[in-house]
Amino acid sequence: MEKKIVIDMKEIRKSFYIGTENELEVLKGIDIKVYEGEFVAIVGASGSGKSTLMNIIGSLDRPTSGNYTLDNVDITAAKDNQLSAIRNQKIGFVFQTYNLIAKTNALKNVEMPMLYGKIPGKQRVERAKELLHTVGMGDRMKHLPEELSGGQKQRVAIARAMANDPAIILADEPTGALDSETGRMVMDLFHQLHKEQGKTIILITHSPELAEETERIITIKDGLIIGERKGSGKPC
Amino acid sequence: MLVYENIRLALFSLKANKMRALLTMLGIIIGIASVIAIMTVGNSITTYVSDTMASMGASNITVGLQQKEEEKESTKEGMSFGGRQRMKSATEDDYFTREMLKNYCEIYADSIMAISAQETIGSGKITEGNLYANISFSGVSLGYFLANDMSLLEGRFFSEKETEDGKMVAIVSDKVVNNLYDGDKEKALGSIFQANINDKFYSCTIVGIYEYEQSAMGFSSSSEKDITTSVYVPLKAAQNANHTTGYSQFTVVTKTGVNADEFASNTERFFSTYYRKNKDFGPSAYSMSSMVESLTEMMSTITLAISIIAGIALLVGGIGVMNIMLVSITERTREIGTRKALGATNGSIRLQFIVESIVICIIGGIIGIILGIIMGSVAANLMDTPASPSVGSIILSLTFSMAIGVFFGYHPANKAAKMDPIEALRYE
Repeated sequence: MEKKIVIDMKEIRKSFYIGTENELEVLKGIDIKVYEGEFVAIVGASGSGKSTLMNIIGSLDRPTSGNYTLDNVDITAAKDNQLSAIRNQKIGFVFQTYNLIAKTNALKNVEMPMLYGKIPGKQRVERAKELLHTVGMGDRMKHLPEELSGGQKQRVAIARAMANDPAIILADEPTGALDSETGRMVMDLFHQLHKEQGKTIILITHSPELAEETERIITIKDGLIIGERKGSGKPC
Repeated sequence: MLVYENIRLALFSLKANKMRALLTMLGIIIGIASVIAIMTVGNSITTYVSDTMASMGASNITVGLQQKEEEKESTKEGMSFGGRQRMKSATEDDYFTREMLKNYCEIYADSIMAISAQETIGSGKITEGNLYANISFSGVSLGYFLANDMSLLEGRFFSEKETEDGKMVAIVSDKVVNNLYDGDKEKALGSIFQANINDKFYSCTIVGIYEYEQSAMGFSSSSEKDITTSVYVPLKAAQNANHTTGYSQFTVVTKTGVNADEFASNTERFFSTYYRKNKDFGPSAYSMSSMVESLTEMMSTITLAISIIAGIALLVGGIGVMNIMLVSITERTREIGTRKALGATNGSIRLQFIVESIVICIIGGIIGIILGIIMGSVAANLMDTPASPSVGSIILSLTFSMAIGVFFGYHPANKAAKMDPIEALRYE
């Protein structure tokens, strides 16, 4: 049975400082296909173009040339407000630095994407509570980010990423700021979401060990894909 | 829905930075408070004055003497504060004479209802054995009672003959009756009392009793028993006592339907003919309504001046709000980036910060209104006028603070909305 393609990138190029002496081509023609329910790692050293690629996958930026279709929506031609809607509906971000909204409790943080998605209040609160229970933060819903540990913050951030049931969860070095133990817990949570809920997860990392846990590892260097291989798909 | 969330959010961030919020709002608080305070005071004064004037009769004309200016003719306004030379006081020779008044009454008989004139003898005491009453003793024309809308509890006003002859008959207050005759009005009427005014003794027969009303402007410092009330005798009696025949000032009660302003200038013209040769003094006549008018005019000038100052305070306050909003969005760059990553459109980011700016301004406005009403009420109380904050100015202030919020919040909000999400997320 043919699996649904969630991300379809063809010949993606991205240049900065276009038309100046310092013109810099960061991505030099990237082709990636990600299927629904996959757990994929994108690995690369710093300066490899990994972050730029992530920004384009996350619809925070548009490619200079090439085609990008996300969940059957063409991103290449989208306007600012359309990109906002795409980020809201199709992508769940998990950042290295959590980026929870300060002075706003866990519940409200998880509600935030649904607020921008114009989901009515009652439904929003119910869904947010359910998600916080899923990530094991059900008993800390009213806590402010300042009152949570790093691992707890990241779990709230993961719950927030799933709020609008996005096509992909895009995790950028999600364990980068955590110690190995809590980092392990966060990775286990991703495995759990992948297995139990069939989420499509894209993990951006520079760590080969973490990448090894995913099903497929895409390595980029100098703006090009230099390798693609299968991973264990299991927590180590 | 988003607006409600934004208001909640704005209140949160204000609560988190109380001191900063207060300092930011200060300009707006001061601006709004001074507008409201001055409006409250101005309103109270204007209302009070017009009420008082109306009760005294807006159709009354006050005629008095006014020092002539050396070069120019004296200005018509009785209340103008021109550049006067040395002040002189009018003497017996300058006063209006009975003759003048008589002619005046004959010529304008159609317009005049009564003439109210007063001649003060002085303040003192009536003693009756151990009993006493404090009084101020003055002679008045019959028109005085009409002009001041006074009526008697008991007895009668002066008769024609008593007025003509300057007999020592008196109309006293009920307080005097309480103090001297144990409140027995029957007993008081017809009694003769001795009044000691500046060591001179006057004996009078009581013919009428009026009800004492505490005037709103008066002080109530003295106890009930020590209160000073007026005792009135016929005008001529007082003039005889003071060895004078003229009037320095009197009030004309016009008949209904007479235009008081017009009649005031007629009156002034009439008396001017008598004063052509007088180097120092001339007559001045003004109606109550023109007094009210000039007072209202003065109040609105003061209000305008303070409003301009308040406007400047509000402008400075608005700039303060803009400044703090710019600081706030810089501090919250990452938050803005995160919100954008979560799907906030430029529009919703802009809305968020404009709402925040409006909330700051409106809270500042509300504090200002409360402070203004308190200050205005205190001031009105000190002046013994009832405080009446105007609803219009409160609504205007709220609308104005909201407008400041939008105006000074737009630029920072727009700056936030236009941030690049990638840069914003990377901001340290």
